[in-house]
Amino acid sequence: MTDSPVLQIEDLRTQFLTHGGIAKAVDGVSYHVNRGETLGVVGESGCGKSVTALSVMRLVPDPPGRIVSGRVLLHGQDLLELDEAAMRRVRGNRIGMIFQEPMTSLNPVLTVGRQIEEVVALHQNLPARQAAERAVEMLRLVQIPEPQRRAREYPHQLSGGMRQRVMIAMALSCNPEVLIADEPTTALDVTIQAQILELIREIQQRTGTAIVLITHDLGVIAETADRVVVMYAGKKVEEAPVTALFDAPLHPYTRGLMVSMPRLDSPLGPERGELPEIPGMVPSLSALPEGCRFAPRCPLAVQQCREEPPLIEYAPGHVAACWRAGE
Amino acid sequence: MSIATTRTRIVRPLVVRRRGLLTRHPRITLAALLLGTLAGLAIFAPFITEYDPMTLAVTQRLRPPSAAHWFGTDAYGRDTFSRTIYGGRISMQIGVSVAAMSVLIGVVVGMLGGAIRWLDPIVMRISDGLMSIPAILLAIALMSLTKASVATVIIAITIPEVPRVIRLVRSLVLTIREQTYMQAAIASGTRLPRLMLRHILPNVLTPLIVQATYICASAVLLEAYLGFLGAGTPTEVPSWGNIIAENRTFVQLATWNVMFPGVFLALMVLGVNMLGDGVRDLLDPRLAGRIGK
Amino acid sequence: MLRIVLRRLGATIPVMLVVAVVVFLMLHLSAGDPAAIIAGDNATEEDIALLRKSLGLDRPLAEQFVQWIWQLAQGDLGVSIFNRVPVATMIAQRMEPTIALTVLTMTLAVSLAVPLGVLAAWRVGTWVDHTIMALAVAAFSCPVFLIGYALVQQFARTWKVLPVQGYTPLSEGLVPFLLHLALPAISLGLIYTALLARMTRSTMLEVLGEDYIRTARAKGLGVRQVLLQHGLRNAAVPIVTTIGLGIALLIGGVVVAESVFAIPGIGRLTVEALQQRDYPVIQGVILVSSLAYVLVNLLIDLSYLLLDPRIRY
Repeated sequence: MTDSPVLQIEDLRTQFLTHGGIAKAVDGVSYHVNRGETLGVVGESGCGKSVTALSVMRLVPDPPGRIVSGRVLLHGQDLLELDEAAMRRVRGNRIGMIFQEPMTSLNPVLTVGRQIEEVVALHQNLPARQAAERAVEMLRLVQIPEPQRRAREYPHQLSGGMRQRVMIAMALSCNPEVLIADEPTTALDVTIQAQILELIREIQQRTGTAIVLITHDLGVIAETADRVVVMYAGKKVEEAPVTALFDAPLHPYTRGLMVSMPRLDSPLGPERGELPEIPGMVPSLSALPEGCRFAPRCPLAVQQCREEPPLIEYAPGHVAACWRAGE
Repeated sequence: MSIATTRTRIVRPLVVRRRGLLTRHPRITLAALLLGTLAGLAIFAPFITEYDPMTLAVTQRLRPPSAAHWFGTDAYGRDTFSRTIYGGRISMQIGVSVAAMSVLIGVVVGMLGGAIRWLDPIVMRISDGLMSIPAILLAIALMSLTKASVATVIIAITIPEVPRVIRLVRSLVLTIREQTYMQAAIASGTRLPRLMLRHILPNVLTPLIVQATYICASAVLLEAYLGFLGAGTPTEVPSWGNIIAENRTFVQLATWNVMFPGVFLALMVLGVNMLGDGVRDLLDPRLAGRIGK
Repeated sequence: MLRIVLRRLGATIPVMLVVAVVVFLMLHLSAGDPAAIIAGDNATEEDIALLRKSLGLDRPLAEQFVQWIWQLAQGDLGVSIFNRVPVATMIAQRMEPTIALTVLTMTLAVSLAVPLGVLAAWRVGTWVDHTIMALAVAAFSCPVFLIGYALVQQFARTWKVLPVQGYTPLSEGLVPFLLHLALPAISLGLIYTALLARMTRSTMLEVLGEDYIRTARAKGLGVRQVLLQHGLRNAAVPIVTTIGLGIALLIGGVVVAESVFAIPGIGRLTVEALQQRDYPVIQGVILVSSLAYVLVNLLIDLSYLLLDPRIRY
């Protein structure tokens, strides 16, 4: 767990042109993930966690979006400096990606086998027959029954869970060094969710792939992640090993997320049966407040919060950006 | 989504450009200018040219464009500029009338079809049938059976356009009917005519305005085609189609008599089409795929 | 498969029936006495009576209709008033040039419009897109005869590289056949190209915004594969539908183009019939072209089965 980072993001800024002006979707975010490690990235929708992932893949739609500064290092090589052809050799090959919507993320007019074959044929230069064999092998790896037959089927013939398995098979078919999973289980039933997470974990143990798991669900984080990055309004507000985060959350936002999470042994909730929520709304990314972005919603906010809080390390590997975190 | 992300350096600043009204809606502005000019020429034709579009001048036959005759003269010595700008009157009249009539009929029939279940299949079958007849052939057939006049031309062009409006209105009504607020209105016992006027009509208005401009453009074009083929307005009417039809035998000798009215015709159709596109994108970009031209 | 084809074929019958009723009623319900209008201004009372009888206008409407449909079902489109030749024969004789022009125009338009539309969608918002779309709206607004006469002036009269007008059957050699059809096909094809390019662009734009395109790009596929295999394949159904619906527009344009270029096809036949007030011929042309339209669209419906695995009839 202490290897040199496989993927390292440094001070990444990605912005979108909107009718209301420039939206700073990702505003100076840094994080890294090591070999064999699972990094959880958590935050509400619109906090920039998905845009960060798309920026890593350089798939931010331009226009209206653009990466305006920062570095994305894959084994020390800055992906933002590659030309498009070289970047294509990274996508799907060295970094695999799974998306939230298994229903719409697969091409409806191609068989699932074909969609997996395409990646392996492209990156591993396999002849058609071997690519087809590899596709079936991948389907077997993600525990799809009757992989031979399923490979010839179209996405609409598969269930949601099956489709997400196909997506995983596709993302892992070239043995990538990093797997980015963007809300991989959000659209699935609870029982299927657990199965998919279990599958990802199993495969990781076998292959040592570094995983960036993006989710809004702290439950998923608790079950799967080794380390956690909490994002709010385009910024990283806290980062910690998973146990440290759950035992001693530093940022008021993280605490807010935790108390608003339904739990059986609700230790933080004020009363049984009532689920507290964070008051107020996520600020518009094109009209952010001065200083700490969480201050307008924060129960602990003070005068000092008008100034931007720096990220400070409070315990080994545990950083937070809050003036009152140490108290 | 643009795939051409890396023609230029991937990491670079984002710049907001301020845009004025003209650059924000270039098509509508351009279309308005174009149509305004054409309409102005047509309406104020008597003040713009001293030549009467009908007066023959045998000594002035087939003169090329000159200071006296900007667009030259035709085989009867009539001034082509004068005939061309007067011709705009006929086209405008026909375009607007056809658009208004077909939308009016189409809305009534389409809403009834969308609302009354037993009527719907009948309306749809008839629309399907009418739409499978090429508009020009249907108009020719209608014109071959009636005495030519501006009014009959309008009717002959309107009939093939109506089913398109019916289909559009019906599909919109069916979509709207499924929306929650409609279900609520139905459940609370709102009567059908009221439902139509208060809830459905306002929602189909935007696409109808766009469709009406497209119909207007196609009607102007169709009228010219009919005139060109000899199935249009009476030959003595100086419509663009008629001017081109009577000059086509001399097209080699006197190109101007065909080209000038032809270009005016194209400009008017272009103006109306651009207006339609502009309004469509302005009012609702999602309509793009829905309305057929 | 055969059952699907038969069922779809069955569904075209009501459409054709409506067409038949429309052309029948047009003659019989049109303002005034159709016989008098068809006979023309200087016909005598006697001529009109004779014509009325030969058109069967003196019998009850329902009886006329049933008899007419019965004849139609046997492929009898009636007889020309002007020269007493069966309408079916007249149409058959004029069929070749029209089919040749239509097919050539369509091939030209599709092979031009689809790449242009895809290109515009790929480069959406750039000058490439703006240029293609500006050209498309201009082409869509240009009357066929204006483009036709301009092309003739340039290619046939000034440069003298292509014939001014006329038609040479394919049996007299491919080269003269194509040379004669080149200008009509281009002037007619522009409108159709514009229509298709616009449709291709808007459909492709919609498809390129889909999640599976992002997936395809995340796999590292190149622009060509993303656009063609993942984009165009999914846009195929709406594009093919537009090709089919546009045929009505195309047939209309053929009538004008044949007139501009003096091509002895169905369009010319219609205009001749119009000049002679030969209504049975016009009626026949409408029935035949509607049938063609309906059958082509039937084929297009069936092609959906190949294009989209989700569609099952």
